[in-house]
Amino acid sequence: MIVALSIFLITIGSVAFHFWSPWWWTEVASNWGNMDDTILLTFWITGAVFIAICFFVAYCVWKYSYKRDRRAEYKPEDKKLESRLTWATAIGVAALLAPGLVVWNQYVTVPKDAYKVEVFAYQWGWKYRLPGKDNILGKTDIKYINDENPFGLILEDPNGKDDLLVDAQELHVLKDRPVKFELRTIDVLHNFYVPQFRGKMDMVPGIVTYYWLTPTRVGDFEVLCAEYCGTGHYAMRGRVIVDEEKDYRKWEAKQITFEKMLAKNRKNDNLQLVKKDK
Amino acid sequence: MSDEFEHKLEAKSDYAGDASSVSTPDIDAVPDAELPDQELYHSHSWWTTYVFSQDAKYIGIQYALTAIGTGLLGLVLSWLMRIQLAWPGLGWLEPSSYYQFVTMHGMIMVVYLLTALFLGGFGNLLIPLMCGARDMAFPYVNMLSYWAFVVAVVVLLASFFVPGGPTGAGWTLYPPQAITAGTPGYNGGIILMLISLILFVAGFTMGGLNYIITVLQLRARGMTLMRLPLTIWGIFTATVLAMFAFPALLVGCLMMTLDSLLGTSFFMPAMVSLGETLTHEGGSPILFQHLFWFFGHPEVYIVALPAFGIVSDLLSVHSRKTIFGYRMMVWAIVGIGALSFFVWAHHMYVSGMNPWFGFFFATTTLIIAVPTAIKVYNWILTLWRGNIVLSLPMLFSLGFIVTFLNGGLTGLFLGNVTVDVPLSDTYFVVAHFHMVMGIAPILVVFGAIYHWYPLVTGRMMNETLGKVHFWITFIGSYAIYFPMHYQGFVGVPRRYFEIYDSPYIDVSTLLLNKFITIAVLIVGAAQLLFLYNLFASARLGKKAEKNPWKANSLEWQTPQMPPEHGNWGKELPKVYRWPYDFSVPGAKEDYIPQTQPPSEIIGAKVEKT
Repeated sequence: MIVALSIFLITIGSVAFHFWSPWWWTEVASNWGNMDDTILLTFWITGAVFIAICFFVAYCVWKYSYKRDRRAEYKPEDKKLESRLTWATAIGVAALLAPGLVVWNQYVTVPKDAYKVEVFAYQWGWKYRLPGKDNILGKTDIKYINDENPFGLILEDPNGKDDLLVDAQELHVLKDRPVKFELRTIDVLHNFYVPQFRGKMDMVPGIVTYYWLTPTRVGDFEVLCAEYCGTGHYAMRGRVIVDEEKDYRKWEAKQITFEKMLAKNRKNDNLQLVKKDK
Repeated sequence: MSDEFEHKLEAKSDYAGDASSVSTPDIDAVPDAELPDQELYHSHSWWTTYVFSQDAKYIGIQYALTAIGTGLLGLVLSWLMRIQLAWPGLGWLEPSSYYQFVTMHGMIMVVYLLTALFLGGFGNLLIPLMCGARDMAFPYVNMLSYWAFVVAVVVLLASFFVPGGPTGAGWTLYPPQAITAGTPGYNGGIILMLISLILFVAGFTMGGLNYIITVLQLRARGMTLMRLPLTIWGIFTATVLAMFAFPALLVGCLMMTLDSLLGTSFFMPAMVSLGETLTHEGGSPILFQHLFWFFGHPEVYIVALPAFGIVSDLLSVHSRKTIFGYRMMVWAIVGIGALSFFVWAHHMYVSGMNPWFGFFFATTTLIIAVPTAIKVYNWILTLWRGNIVLSLPMLFSLGFIVTFLNGGLTGLFLGNVTVDVPLSDTYFVVAHFHMVMGIAPILVVFGAIYHWYPLVTGRMMNETLGKVHFWITFIGSYAIYFPMHYQGFVGVPRRYFEIYDSPYIDVSTLLLNKFITIAVLIVGAAQLLFLYNLFASARLGKKAEKNPWKANSLEWQTPQMPPEHGNWGKELPKVYRWPYDFSVPGAKEDYIPQTQPPSEIIGAKVEKT
């Protein structure tokens, strides 16, 4: 009796917790609201199964608890029932999977009009790079990374000259414009994660990974690293600010091109050399 | 094995031991033995009896105690981590120690506790007894297997004492960070971890070959494969999986050791490490992830399948009812085992592998839900119209059904590639896998220990203590992990030493951390009660009668209980039926042991097995 009641109460309690606990996802700030929808669909289907099975167990425990003078039913198999249950499950699973695959297809297909932003991760922080006027991100190589050229752009690649380098933890993006994040790390694995955007992808040294989204509301969001990257993992925070066009352009105008940064860094270096000589 | 093996099956199916349908004059006939009786090693000294034992029963207990001892360390580590998460202001841990504890906790629990306990512990104890053999096929190799495991554990623990401490790379040991500065233990602890895993795999292979060959070759006369208890099916299939999966881990470990010690670049691309450009070039970090999860996903089932098997037997015995859909259960175990090799990259949807793989692996992953669901249905249909005895093993089995159901269903969230994107690397994942491969199998372990304890010691464990232990463990662990899923929805990332005041995380979410930690401390403390019961009952427990649960399977039919060396006295047992003939109409008792010949139960309407 107590056992049956407990299983019953755990089930009711879980459902109550689901509806009345204060913990739920943040308000979505990108086009990936349909990820939330697939989660909700999954909740409805799996929730129904959870309740049904738990109640069934509670009922069995209550109804068929041991009596000395009673015998259990002797029925080793029931082919019909087993095949019905199998098909019902298969249909339920397909109902979960199909919408999931549709949304995944959108997630991995970047729209043609998306503009590119490189997210640059290191132990433990973020930088960003915009393609500049030519709309092409210049090529990079680990070997080129030094104090003068912290992003490691290949000097000979003309496409890199006008790239805008954002040597700060903060990135601005445009509202309602699809953006493709090209994800690059120079050391270990990281993952560029903004909870309100829902999107996520690991950054892997040696390759450039990506995902895309369209920010849907103006705001200031925290960036977290979502792939364990060593002792400083928990402190690897950045910011993304979603702007209307006007504010975005203001911010963009303040960013420095690679060419200018290089010139500035070289000048500083020369100054330092001069100082050292003296 | 196939030819000989199938031949054997055919030969056996000819005589099937059903009284009504066989027209031979002797209804109790069983086929002749195909192999001569096993010659056993007999120990002569205390050392060879209790320490370097070659008796599978002793080795099983050695494995179990070593695994539980290591698991206790894992438990204490989880306390330390949880205290940090609940009260970050205490300044209780350095970030580096936090990550070291996370890593060691994970690896210990998955490999050194659960795998060793289910296969090394229950496998050794139960395979020979349930199959009707005198011992494992190769007792000496079996002993080596255990001692290799001991050395692996010692090397693992030694990593706490090397400069830099144990590795803090997370239990998945992803390179490059596992072997580059910036991760604790990157040049000492990680090497010992890799060596320990290599030793574990070597030891486990010795044990595993034994389990497989014993099940295939040393079954008693009349014990067809389709008369094996599901426990054996679970352990057997899990061992086969392990034989295919562990080599991937082994090569992964070897390659990473070479990367770290000799400067090769299997997994290491050109990279900068804390400002310094390394000499590695051209390696692939994702390759390691493929190797790791090609092992790692079957590993989930290496733990789960024995639990599935054992819980099926517990449910059947303690509800005095035939397991529902035995053949379907066997095929589900085998099917899940086979499919488990085609789903590994669902751990890698957002790893940076080609995103088009997502379609394939989401599909295979959701397909595996079907045989898993069948198992759940068959467990609950076993309860239906049963005669349910609420003994300790039954309580834990019921706890298993609830927690496994919960954890299995959240697997449908994470396996469905789109849903995984927002939830991966959050506490939803932590909650999911603890529920499904932590709590659920552990509840089965407890149920199994309460069930088979009299077989090992000849005494019963204390029922009252056991009940207190059950309620705290079951309710407590549900209270830990159920709310944790919702932290994942909020977006709280896993493997964070501290959350700070993130703008999107409510204060109440941090309060929830305190609640969870208190529950962790209580549930952990309740395990001390269990340990007391485990050791004290060996002396103080009520003397068990023979076959105390009135079970049918062979382990309870030995001439002595606990069984002696060689298990079966002079004559090996003969098997006439499957182990699930409970509550057969027309039979005197509500159970018919596998060894009971048809001539003794004439009138019972037994189905042919």
